[in-house]
Amino acid sequence: MQAIKNYFQSLLLWELLKGLQLTGRHLFKRKITVQYPEEKTPQSPRFRGLHALRRYANGEERCIACKLCEAVCPAVAITIESEQRDDGSRRTTLYDIDLTKCIFCGLCEESCPVDAIVETRIFEYHGEKRGDLLMTKQRLLEVGDRAERQIAEDRAEDAVYR
Amino acid sequence: MSDDTITIEVDGKPYEAKKGQMLIEVTDANDIYVPRFCYHKNLSVAANCRMCLVEVEKAPKPLPACATPVMDGMKVSTKSAYAVEAQKSVMEFLLINHPLDCPICDQGGECELQDLAMGYGRDVSRYQEQKRVVQDKNIGPLVQTDMTRCIHCTRCVRFGEEIAGLQELGATGRGEHMLIGTYIEKSMCSELSGNIIDLCPVGALTSKPFRFSARSWEMAQYNGIAPHDAVGSNIYFHVKDDRVKRVVPAENEMINEVWISDRDRFSYEGLYSDDRLLAPMLKENGEWRQVDWQTAFQTIKERLEEIIATDGANRIGALAAPTSTCEELYLLQKLMRGLGCHNIDHRIHQVDFTDQDVAPLFPWLGMPIAELEALDAALLIGAYPRKEQPMINHRLRKAVLKGADIMLVNSVDYEFNYRTSDKLISSPGVLPAMLAAIVKVLLESDNKAVGKDVERLVNQVQVEETHRQIAGKLASAETRAVLLGNVAVAHPQFSAIRYLADMIARLTHANFGYMSGHANTAGACLVGALPHRTVAGLATNNTGLNATSMFEEQLSAYVLLNLEPELDCWDGQLALTALQAASCVIAMTPYMTTQIADYADILLPIAHYAENEGSIVNVEGVRQGFCSAVTTVGESRPAWKVLRVLGNTLNQAGFDYNTVNEITDELAGMLDDIKPGLTDGGQLPGALSIANGSLQRMTDFQMNSADSLVRRASALQQTRDVADGAVHINNESANKLGISTEQNVLVKQNGVGLQLPLLIDDRLPDNTVLIHAAHPACYALGPWFGDITLERC
Repeated sequence: MQAIKNYFQSLLLWELLKGLQLTGRHLFKRKITVQYPEEKTPQSPRFRGLHALRRYANGEERCIACKLCEAVCPAVAITIESEQRDDGSRRTTLYDIDLTKCIFCGLCEESCPVDAIVETRIFEYHGEKRGDLLMTKQRLLEVGDRAERQIAEDRAEDAVYR
Repeated sequence: MSDDTITIEVDGKPYEAKKGQMLIEVTDANDIYVPRFCYHKNLSVAANCRMCLVEVEKAPKPLPACATPVMDGMKVSTKSAYAVEAQKSVMEFLLINHPLDCPICDQGGECELQDLAMGYGRDVSRYQEQKRVVQDKNIGPLVQTDMTRCIHCTRCVRFGEEIAGLQELGATGRGEHMLIGTYIEKSMCSELSGNIIDLCPVGALTSKPFRFSARSWEMAQYNGIAPHDAVGSNIYFHVKDDRVKRVVPAENEMINEVWISDRDRFSYEGLYSDDRLLAPMLKENGEWRQVDWQTAFQTIKERLEEIIATDGANRIGALAAPTSTCEELYLLQKLMRGLGCHNIDHRIHQVDFTDQDVAPLFPWLGMPIAELEALDAALLIGAYPRKEQPMINHRLRKAVLKGADIMLVNSVDYEFNYRTSDKLISSPGVLPAMLAAIVKVLLESDNKAVGKDVERLVNQVQVEETHRQIAGKLASAETRAVLLGNVAVAHPQFSAIRYLADMIARLTHANFGYMSGHANTAGACLVGALPHRTVAGLATNNTGLNATSMFEEQLSAYVLLNLEPELDCWDGQLALTALQAASCVIAMTPYMTTQIADYADILLPIAHYAENEGSIVNVEGVRQGFCSAVTTVGESRPAWKVLRVLGNTLNQAGFDYNTVNEITDELAGMLDDIKPGLTDGGQLPGALSIANGSLQRMTDFQMNSADSLVRRASALQQTRDVADGAVHINNESANKLGISTEQNVLVKQNGVGLQLPLLIDDRLPDNTVLIHAAHPACYALGPWFGDITLERC
């Protein structure tokens, strides 16, 4: 009985039609393909992209060199050196993130007691030379300065869940 | 089971305890953890933090374990719900006023409050009101304060009273308004002040030089030995990125207990001084040129062989710092003796070598350091242990607190941090006469046969009441010691002092010993870094020149090991003149100074302090080995390696060591059978000088100028215990000379005139001028002791 059933199914191209049915369904469905870079997918406020160091409104850098991000980083991508600044406050003299090591887990942001190190929505960056993906303190602060509005909005939006 | 042993029950298990013990001592001994802040095993019990509350059966409320004596049959629960509830409540109160600044606090990661807050704290504070804020105090260059963080455990206050002997910190106000501080703003001047950094359970007192430079979890810990005094305190280096970030004490009950002196704690800064020598250097036609090691060794070979061929090997002199390791000193003497040169010495602070043949094998304390605290009486001669050997002073202080009499024969009326019984303060020339007077008293009462010569000698002196007091107290005490200090060894009549001190010790059956010396003076003597003795103190037929005569003779070549002779040697000017006149000076040194650049011809960079490896022998004869904690800077190498290759280059046999341990083992074979001991007698001094009214210079050693490393430790240089380059004289003598502090005085000594500031110092006896050793402005004056004149400019 089974053999006869299989015979007619293959003769009438039943499986082909079954497959075409799925194709036909998708032919009339709404398309989800994004035409990158003209189009972009929406991002979550928790998006974990390029790192940035933030400043307070008065221009003072937030980072206090507590080194918790350095300690928590599972990829050992962060290097910090600290000293007492002339005004007596605790500051970094070196804050490097090696993006080739970084796994974008977001633990640095999670551990930061002053919301200084954050991961922004920026993901379109590249390096051409060796060292281009080593983010120094200066470069991280520049990213922060550039993206501060977006960073602040995202933190505010996410604050209720924290 | 003896009568004083009782049994108590803790957490359902029986434990043995001694009567009178506190509960926390029993739990600590049995590894039962009870949280605490104010309790510290080396301090008295204050019971003011209340963190160690435990439940005791039949007690109406929880009791503090640190202040509850054990009783037979007592049933204690340290982890019952009742006890933990009490501990958590205490924690909540402590955290009310403690700021939430752990991220910027240097204590973060090693903070007792932080740790206990994890175990006993609530996750959310119920306290909504304003927190207490306290103004920080400036208590000197070593300790940073953040008094808002203080939880009033009073460990620092108790440390000051009980260990440092100076009540510098105290609590003012009560309750919420209680403040820990110095009351009047001032720097702490205790030589042990750094220990309050370790004691502070929170971040209220932290290290100023270390401030914000590393986190506790980033650093690796390595063992080390402090190289600044003859005690050999055990330390830990905390290293990050191959750099010593700080030094903390390592516990050794026999040597330094749990403390170290500030000098040992903060001297690591000297490792990173700007004048570190990074590569071998060669002077050619007056120009310094950086060379590789091979060129340097070849040049040394050529120069030394030329000098040996023309002038003879005995025209070379080798001087080593007594802080060098046994291995370095052993190789240095082996090399020099192999070349046929016997001029090798490390006794740079000494000038009187007349009795060197009968001197003890090495300057021994005469007893273990730990036994000092059991003394009933001690006579200190030419000594200021408080600043010279702080850990020995700590033991003596413990003895005094138990009732011991400490008596002094000194040339400066030093301030001690304990009660001293009798003191003889006389100008340096009269020191031997003072001792002779004590001998005279003892002979009168004892009628011992000591020979006509001694009687004739002591009959020259007048006996005073203080002499009788000292002799009486020494003779009547149960355990007693006569101890020589650094100034006694540097004294121009050291042999007379030694003879008479030994005589006093013998007549009173006291232990005779030395507190003096540098980190490895004992080791240097044992491995034969002496002109008259070889390894293990064996006498040699070819006695070489000693540290002073090496410079007086103006030799053709000098080999220096880790020395700054102008500052470290007894007569800096003499040393400098001889070195400048020499045709070849080879200096193995970690630092390149302007002086060294001037007189040296070949500079070899060597490892220093934490970079070095080897072993040193302390004043009680204990050899302690250490490994390098960080790699050496630049091209520099440990001196034993330099000397090893130098030995090979100069075709000497027996220089094929691969590791420092091979040298240590070779030494151990020769030295292990040696028992420390002191020889009998000494050399009878001919005559005793008495005060003749002329102005006499003396020198003492400021703790933070003692060696090349501390002289470069910037925080220590801001303390008071550094050579000040001033002329100290008492008020009366200054008035007599018509000089005042308003302007510099013209100091003339040894044919040299210098203008130096004047300081009125009433600790000095009449006609005595004190100029600190190791100050760059003063070494041109020459000898540390001798005639001097002061005039108005």
